[in-house]
Order: sequence, then structure tokens, then C-alpha cells
Amino acid sequence: MAILVDKNTRVIVQGITGREGSFHTKLMLEYGTKIVAGVTPGKGGAEVHGVPVYDTVEDALAEHPEVNTSIVFVPARFAPDAVYEAIDAGIRLVVVITEHIPVHDTMRMVNYARNKGTIIVGPNTPGVISPGKSKVGIMPAEAFTPGPVAIISRSGTLTYEVAAQLTKIGIGQSTVLGVGGDPIIGLDFTEAMKLLEEDNETRLLVLIGEIGGDMEERAAAMIERGEFTKPVVAFIAGRTAPPGKRMGHAGAIISMGMGDYKSKVEALRRAGVDVAETPFDVAKLVKKHLT
Amino acid sequence: MKLFEYEAKEIFKSYGIPVPRGVVVSKDDNIREVLSRENLEPPVVVKAQVLVGGRGKAGGVKIARTWSDLERIAENMFTSGVKGVKPRLLLIEELVEHDTELYLSVVLDRASRRPLVLASTEGGVDIEEIAREKPEAIHRLHVDPFVGLRGYMARKLGKQLGFNGRLLTRFEALTTTLYRIFAALDAELAEINPLALTSDGFVALDAKIIIDDNALWRHSDLASEGRLELSGEYTEWELYARRRGLAFVELEGCIGIMGNGAGLTMATMDLVLMQGGKPANFLDIGGGASAERVKTALELLYKYPKAKSIFINIFGGITRGDEVAKGIVAAVSELGQQKPIVVRLSGTRAKEGKEILEKAGIVAYEDPLEAAKKAVELAGECK
Repeated sequence: MAILVDKNTRVIVQGITGREGSFHTKLMLEYGTKIVAGVTPGKGGAEVHGVPVYDTVEDALAEHPEVNTSIVFVPARFAPDAVYEAIDAGIRLVVVITEHIPVHDTMRMVNYARNKGTIIVGPNTPGVISPGKSKVGIMPAEAFTPGPVAIISRSGTLTYEVAAQLTKIGIGQSTVLGVGGDPIIGLDFTEAMKLLEEDNETRLLVLIGEIGGDMEERAAAMIERGEFTKPVVAFIAGRTAPPGKRMGHAGAIISMGMGDYKSKVEALRRAGVDVAETPFDVAKLVKKHLT
Repeated sequence: MKLFEYEAKEIFKSYGIPVPRGVVVSKDDNIREVLSRENLEPPVVVKAQVLVGGRGKAGGVKIARTWSDLERIAENMFTSGVKGVKPRLLLIEELVEHDTELYLSVVLDRASRRPLVLASTEGGVDIEEIAREKPEAIHRLHVDPFVGLRGYMARKLGKQLGFNGRLLTRFEALTTTLYRIFAALDAELAEINPLALTSDGFVALDAKIIIDDNALWRHSDLASEGRLELSGEYTEWELYARRRGLAFVELEGCIGIMGNGAGLTMATMDLVLMQGGKPANFLDIGGGASAERVKTALELLYKYPKAKSIFINIFGGITRGDEVAKGIVAAVSELGQQKPIVVRLSGTRAKEGKEILEKAGIVAYEDPLEAAKKAVELAGECK
């Protein structure tokens, strides 16, 4: 089954003619992702790696009504416009790779999406992959293999690291989701966990969190309430991060006394989650729970 | 980007939020002259314009009763600074007589993805402290960003705080104005703490505005050239790194850290701690870094005096191991191996990368724990 993306995923790439858009379109196609169209205003009629390009999302959907997913590579200043366009066209899932979108723009965009019933992943995310089925993102494909473990993460590189270790010891993944490193994001930990609870392919969840915000605490509360019943292994980055400093990601900041390492780890442990000391211990813990 | 108090108060004033009468002075100003021009005289409040937290407790806010008091305090603040940060400007304001200190702010609420208005009658202390000591004293109001903060919502909040009559309508005006500032400036936070309640109504005794760095292109009037240098928000080395486009945070330890991706870089710091060492910094080269970028980052860690050894932890995804290795070798062949370097390479093109490094006499580890241990050992005792 997997969540969000699978064999039925049909993708348009917004910003397909840009450097990143074009490069990753090629890699996604190589992975087997069904990319049926691209959109770049003013470039309608062109082709990128054999994918037809349209001026608007509406034009693309008129020719390709099977589209249900968009991936956005549009630069930050224009990305919200692209996302609204996708939402208004009725696309179910919009994956926003773009980094540095102003947070007020994101806030409005994700509220609008929620009212319209569109799921936004990101911004500032590596995307989502259901190994062997579909990859809608920029993650290196070699790290992933099909299997029973779902990963939800705030960090790109750590996700690849953990997935590669799992893959190395023969444990594959159902769906791997980067929720994005910004303070305000679309789909978050608890919302993704609701989907994973229902996913019969997922037997275990790996949560990769970091300092800042309270997403990990809310995930812990959800587990404690009994709303997520599968085993969970977690890692939280930023044990040594000082308060008030932004650690690379816009969202990775301990502010107003909230979001430090200790609070997250304690909440998760209280909920019975196995919290790994380092990202390199995650695979071992997963193996222990699966056997 | 944090605004200075005096900048935030100018914005408040232009939107019609009452602030104390005051002037800004620099070191070379004749304080008496500047104050007299504005018909101000002691007693006054002297406030160092720095962006360090806990300014009041660190001696950055003082009351001057006489002219000689004022000159002594100002001189002192300019020369000794606040927590090591020397202010370029002081804000000198009239004393505002008041009975009650309130708290009012608009923040981004990450959980609901909405603006959140926070108000409390227990102002004057940090909101963290109120939240800890008396959480029931904080009143919260979520706002739909498409609707904005409407008058009736603000009145409802005012009622909860116990306001009636004229004070209620004044509270409404104040709160909706603060919200407008929050929205217009792409703020992550717009805060008045303390908010004084005087016989004349409300006065913002302090003002804090943090603007989203990603939206600064919309506010070029505020984000002037060279402003970061003056702000005291960043250390010398953080500014040095920023000018070179590197995400860098200065820390207290002695093991230099370089990683790709914020999460992995943080995890690398944590790993060093677990091996008994202390990280000297956070340095994220980002995704898909070129050899040139790696070289620039390594040069920074060479120059950065706190780093006694350098631990480079790379998992190749979009970033390529061979590119990273080329950057390291370029820096080392140009500048020599000035500090012990420990590299851990894994993922995309790690094998090619290791070959490049080994030819240049640099050991590349596969196991990050082993590498961290080595980096700690090579740094020796952190002072």
C-alpha cells in the first residue's frame, strides 16, 4: 500500500525547465516515477527529457487528467504562486522542494490547502519516496529498498543515512517522507502517522526529529493516547545545540523555552518510543523490534 | 533578523502604538544637548541597543536620576557593553509612571500553522517564566491568516484580561495594530513586554520584532547593508561565514565540525559530545556542495581559532564524496594540513572520494563513531 505516493502516482513537475527541476526530473524518470507533464510559464510546447511542458497547470491537466501529484522546484519568490495554482487545479498532493519561502507565505498557503483538501509536503523537503513504486523528491535512490519500515523526518541527509543503513542490513522501507526543515510546514509528524497507522505495509516507524517546535512532543502524545499503535524508533538531532541559535534549518531553533532536546526525548521515551543515542544506532534498534 | 528596540519603537509609533518619549544617542553625542532639544531631562531610562537576551539583568537597562548619573551610566554602557556586546546606540526615554505591567505578542504557532496572539496581565518577566509559573495567566487567540485579527476577537481577549469601557476599545486598537505590524513586516514575533497600563492608557515600554530572514527582500528598507555587523546578533566568525554563504554557529568547545545537511551536522556535534569531546562550531555545507565550497569551509575552520581538530562528516546523497574529497585536498595542498583532519565519508561516490584523500595522505573513516573518537583524541583537552 504505502502512503502518499505509489504505483498510481502521476506527477507534474512545476519549474521543470530550471536547473534543479530538469536534473531531478531525469532522476525521477530513471527511478520509474510516472512524470506525465511539466509546467513553466512561457515555456509551453517545449520538452524536458521527453516530458511535455505547459504554460499552466490547467493546460497540463487538460491533456493529462490522470495527474494527482505535483512537485514544485520553482524559486522561493514564485513558489507560493505555483502552489496555489496546483491547489486550485484540484491536485491532491503537492510536494514543495523549494527552500527559503517566506514563512508568512507558507502559512497562508498551507491553510488554503487544508481548506481545499490538498496535502502539502514541505516546503524545504527532500520529498517522499515509496521504494520500488514511486519517488517524488530529490533523495538518492540507492539508499532505499522496498520493505516494512516507514521513515518520517525533518532532515534530508539523516534520512538517507538511516535508510542506507537499513537497506544495508536487508530491511526495506514502505514510505520515506521528509516533512521539511521550515518552522511552518504542510503535512506534519502526527498527520503522517495517522496515514501510516492505516497502512498495512508499514510495520514499524522511524521518526527523525530535531530541536525546535513541538512536533516530536505531539507525536509522543499521539502514541500515548493509543492513536498510533505500531512500534516506533526515534532519533533527535541537536543535543548540543544552544538555545536561540538557528541550526541551519529555519525551523531548528530552541525559542521561547520550547523545543529542546531533553523535552523531546523525555516525551518520546514516556510514550514507550525507543530513542537511539546516535543516528547510527537506529538500524540496530529497528532490527531488534522487527525480529 | 531582530530589530533593535529603537527601530521597533519607531515602527510602533508610525502605526500609532504609544511608546515613551525618547531619543537615540551615540558615543560622540553631547547627551545633554540631544535630550534638551527634545525637552527631556532626568529622571530617564537608559537602554543599551543590543540584541542579547536578558539585557535588563545584564545591566543594559538603568534609571538615571540626575544629569551626572546619566553621563556616568551612558559612558559605562558604551565602554563595558552588555554581555560583551558594546552598543553603538543608547535609547534614552522618559520614565513612565504606571501601575500594571502586561504582556502582549503575536507569534507564529507552528502546531496550528497560524498566527497566535498571546496576552497576559503578568507582564514584565519572560513569557517562558509566565508559562512555567502561572500558565493559566496566558490567554491565547489563534487567527485565520486570511481573515486577520478582527476587532471582536481582540475585544474578546480584552474581556478575558478584565478590561471594560474605554480600556477595552483601546486594547482592541492596540492588539489589532500589533497584528497588522506582524503581518505587514513578515514578522516571526511582534512583542510588547512590558506593556504599561497608565492613567492615560497603554504604553509599550519595550518592543521586540523579529523579521523572517527569508522575507527580507520585501523589507530592504530595514535590512540595510552592514546592519548584521552592527547588530551584535552574530559573532565575528559567524559574520565571516555568512559573508561566504556558509551556515555556521559558534560554540564553546574545541573540535571543529563540518557536515552536509543541518540534521547530520547537528548529529555530528552530538556524536563528538558522546565521545567525550566538545564541538567548537556548527558548519553545514548544504546539499550538493562543490569542491570549491568545501575548500572555503575548510579554510574557515583553519582560521577559526577555537577548532583544534577538524571532523568532516559527509553522507553523500546529492553531495558527492569525490567532490568533497577534491575540496579537502585542494585546501590541504594549498595551505598544508594546519590542523589534524578526520574525515568520514559514506554514500554517493564515497569510494572514489576515499581514494582521492588517501593519495593526499588523509585517512577517511567509514565508521562515524570511530572517526568522532579520533577527532576528539587529536584535539586534546578543550580549554
